[in-house]
Amino acid sequence: MRRDRLLAYALIAPSILFLAVIFLIPLGQTIALAFTRHGTFGLANFARMAGDLNFRNAVANTLGLVIVVVPLQLALALGMSMMLRHLKRGRELILWIWSIPLGVSDLAAGLVWLGILTEKGYLNTILYHLGVIHGPVSWLTYETPLALFIGILVAEIWRATAIIFVVLVAGTQLIPAEFEEAASVFGATAWQRFRRVTVPLLRPSIQTALILRTVLAFEAFAVVLAIGGQNFPVLLSQAYLWQDTNQDYGVAAAYAVLIMLITLAATLFYLVALRPRAGEVA
Amino acid sequence: MAELLIEGVAKSFGPVVALAEATLAIGDGEFVALLGPSGCGKTTLLRIVAGLEEANCGQVLIGGRDVSALPPRARGLAMVFQNYAVFPHMTVGENVAFGLAMARAPAARIAKQVARAASLMQIETLLGRYPAQLSGGQRQRVAVARALAVEPAVLLMDEPLSNLDALLRLEMRAELKAVLREAGTTTLYVTHDQTEAMGLADRVAVMHEGRIVQIAAPSDVYRRPASVFVGGFVGNPPMNFLRVAAVSGEVRLGALRLSAPMEEGGLLLGIRPEQLAVVETGGFLFRVAVAEPLGTHLLLTGETGGQRMRAVVPPDATVVAGAELLLAFDPAAIRWMDAASGRAIGAA
Ligand SMILES: Nc1ncnc2c1ncn2[C@@H]1O[C@H](COP(=O)(O)OP(=O)(O)O)[C@@H](O)[C@H]1O
Ligand SMILES: [Mg+2]
Repeated sequence: MRRDRLLAYALIAPSILFLAVIFLIPLGQTIALAFTRHGTFGLANFARMAGDLNFRNAVANTLGLVIVVVPLQLALALGMSMMLRHLKRGRELILWIWSIPLGVSDLAAGLVWLGILTEKGYLNTILYHLGVIHGPVSWLTYETPLALFIGILVAEIWRATAIIFVVLVAGTQLIPAEFEEAASVFGATAWQRFRRVTVPLLRPSIQTALILRTVLAFEAFAVVLAIGGQNFPVLLSQAYLWQDTNQDYGVAAAYAVLIMLITLAATLFYLVALRPRAGEVA
Repeated sequence: MAELLIEGVAKSFGPVVALAEATLAIGDGEFVALLGPSGCGKTTLLRIVAGLEEANCGQVLIGGRDVSALPPRARGLAMVFQNYAVFPHMTVGENVAFGLAMARAPAARIAKQVARAASLMQIETLLGRYPAQLSGGQRQRVAVARALAVEPAVLLMDEPLSNLDALLRLEMRAELKAVLREAGTTTLYVTHDQTEAMGLADRVAVMHEGRIVQIAAPSDVYRRPASVFVGGFVGNPPMNFLRVAAVSGEVRLGALRLSAPMEEGGLLLGIRPEQLAVVETGGFLFRVAVAEPLGTHLLLTGETGGQRMRAVVPPDATVVAGAELLLAFDPAAIRWMDAASGRAIGAA
């Protein structure tokens, strides 16, 4: 018994060590970097970050993106996984097609959508030929914030809904058909079955998907940068700007710490808000 | 409460014929057990009645209304699933109230019905718990209470006791019978356990390879099986079948001379093991191969004239393996079967 437990720890040890080296140590260094400016310990980097012209925009854009994109994607992915669940034929093919965006890199996806939405892109060409517009229209400038936001939204939805979708599909496959059948025998309509039985039973998967997706949404970067550039600052693109353009590692680290705190808070929120009721699981 | 009519229902899954043809009429308040070995199509038939599966042909009528095209929720029935399908995210109380809540019944009615169903199934003290905190037997009670709470026109049960251990099954069987008698609900009860079917039902419908082969009262199914299959499937130990030949309208078995249902030719003589009695003279010779004392009786397995046979004799008989006995029986207890078709000869 004791030997077994020792063996278990021994087997876990390499992964812990690995994590420590590639994750915990850089994390510690980043935090140290964020709280040190010109050799003195303090909040100077954070003050500099908050005083920056683009800071409020970056916070607002990031939060706005998360608040709009995550619920939309959850609703879409739930709908998609329900449709898939009730398909009799061609399930594999559709699952495969809907998962394609997972295999496309962020930047590639961003560039594809840039190609569609840019002044001389496919969207304008189509709209022009349909007679909706009379010449090239710029959608992606700081003068058209709504169009820019929607453009980024569409690209993000295209790119990252599949992450939620595959988690939910895996979850739905764990739910025996009997529960929905029992619900329908006992008089539940399709909507009641979905609301009262399927969604609650899917809750662990929904929780996982939301945490994953929200964390990734706070870290949205490549797509946003490709489409919006500095017209649509978000937290991570600001961190990148300070790191790469301004060469100010302290402020970049402060951004990183801020993002980490926000994602931690979001994760905690989901863990608490979507926890099972006492006694529900043995 | 209503009568349930199943008319010419058939179902295939691709090349697999799950249900060849089933016709069954269940009276208002009647309890019918659908009995058959696993894979014979019982669940398929039940699911078609519930509307969970679409039949290839045939109709289902509940209370005279053709429900074949209606979704499950519009059929006015309740079901107890084999694995209970008690919702894990709802308390026992919420589970029992589910059907009424879906129908948007007034709160007072829900409370009343839930209390009644809970008291019938003796789960009043469990209403606040979650299924994860219950034993298998308790979950089973919740599943039945959930079904009774909606006061269904027809109650369907798919092997509801098969996941319980033997002792609990015996207990629940008696309890179910009492509860369902009191509720007076039309019930179609699926089981592969013949004692369950015989003990619970007003009538037993025996299924074999996708067909209902006999519908009769339990004692009739037992005493007058419609085929060799039914005689072998119902009853433990099963009915004996001896290949015999009729000569001039008579079958001879040792010293026994039995009047046959035909003049000449081969047929099967069906006789229940407990109809056999040890006699001093006359009778036919039976060689005992194995003697099993089972408490209430002694089960003898052996052969007569090279054919395998079982006999049940009183427990005080001293019989050892290798013994040779003379056995006899009342000719009225014989069930003659056609040797070729395996069907009973004469009236059904
Ligand atoms: N969904 C299905 N797809 C394919 N074959 C099925 C399906 N359901 C049942 N069957 C087949 O139909 C036959 C009858 O099954 P079932 O009604 O479950 O039998 P029982 O309940 O009497 O054990 C079996 O051969 C089974 O394999
Ligand atoms: Mg079955």
